[in-house]
Amino acid sequence: MEKITTAENAVKKIKNGDTLLVGGFLQAGSPETLIRAVLEASSADMLTVVSNDTGTAETNMIRLMETGRVTSVVASYIGANPLTGKMMIDAPGSVTLFPQGTLAEKLRAAGAGLAGFYTPVGVGTVVEEGKDKREFDGREYLLETALRGDVALIRATKADRFGNCFMRGSTKNFGAVMAPAADYVVVEAEEIVEVGEIDPELVTVPGIFVDALVQAED
Amino acid sequence: MVADHVPDGVQVVLQAELGILGTGPAAEKGKEDKDIVNAGGSCITVLPGAVFVDSAASFAIIRGGHVDVTVLGALQVDEKGNLANWMVPGKKVPGMGGAMDLVVGAKRVIVAMEHTAKGNHKILRECTFPLTAAGVVDRIITDMAVIDVTPDGLLLREIAEGYMVNDVQEATGAPLILPEEIGVMKTNECFQGGLPKVWKG
Repeated sequence: MEKITTAENAVKKIKNGDTLLVGGFLQAGSPETLIRAVLEASSADMLTVVSNDTGTAETNMIRLMETGRVTSVVASYIGANPLTGKMMIDAPGSVTLFPQGTLAEKLRAAGAGLAGFYTPVGVGTVVEEGKDKREFDGREYLLETALRGDVALIRATKADRFGNCFMRGSTKNFGAVMAPAADYVVVEAEEIVEVGEIDPELVTVPGIFVDALVQAED
Repeated sequence: MVADHVPDGVQVVLQAELGILGTGPAAEKGKEDKDIVNAGGSCITVLPGAVFVDSAASFAIIRGGHVDVTVLGALQVDEKGNLANWMVPGKKVPGMGGAMDLVVGAKRVIVAMEHTAKGNHKILRECTFPLTAAGVVDRIITDMAVIDVTPDGLLLREIAEGYMVNDVQEATGAPLILPEEIGVMKTNECFQGGLPKVWKG
């Protein structure tokens, strides 16, 4: 199956009301080419964005949010994107915050076929509101459910034509966790190589999770 | 910042929450690598033996009890070891990031902060700001004192030079338990407030 396509083509899969899993931690590993394509080549509206931080004032997510097409955000830290903070105040309930490890694990669980997990993080805080609480061995835990996306937008340092990805240094962060957790997974790679050119020992994300592959430009 | 105060001869592994074990100093100008950054987005270096992992693995390390010590700032701490450091009611909320995971998962939680906020108590009988976690703080280090959180309450361990017990008690919104011997703070234990999230694993 040919996975290489253009960013414009890849984002056409995004429908109104979709949940987008967007990799990256601030700038590190942020799929800037794909976010720009969502801004310029897709008209999908009422989008939910799942992202650790929704980027910074300098990354493309804030430009997409300026259009008003992102109506819901799930994140852990939004201090670097002033628009997300404004959205939280202007439209109560539009921004849901989770502890960072809980957010990562919700995505991991979705990709691993789990319905949820019990975590001690958030017990005794506002995070526990409305959640099932259970005691195991004398310690309290909260039930957190899996979080799946319709589309994942991810950046890799290098990918082969099959979609096997190498993510360098601290760029793995959320992208590597999101790849198994969405129905349609798009990777933008700084370099696209032939199958076999990435050492199997160095594959961060197996290509079986990847549906479309785009040359990164930004 | 904590990394800058690790005494010579003490080996620690520092973690950056976005997925590095074994972080080193900031990258020199001209030698920055865009793929090797810390959680603040700054280009850093890594030490020999460093490891890069994804966010799920990074927080398995944090939540799973594999971090020995975390040192972080606080808005409020109370005598039960409750910690508030992620939001001020009525102000823009930046989000909790990894702070909740970190203080629940680390074996030992040290708060390093200024003793008061413009004269207002930060160490209280009960936190009034939304909690980051309940009952997690082990030790509070301020510009005035070192205080341990114990099942009986706040135990005054050390006082900075120039202060008396009364000064510390007045600046503290909860009763202090006074042991027979109170030490004098060494300078390398004295951190200023507003520390970044750095921890030793």
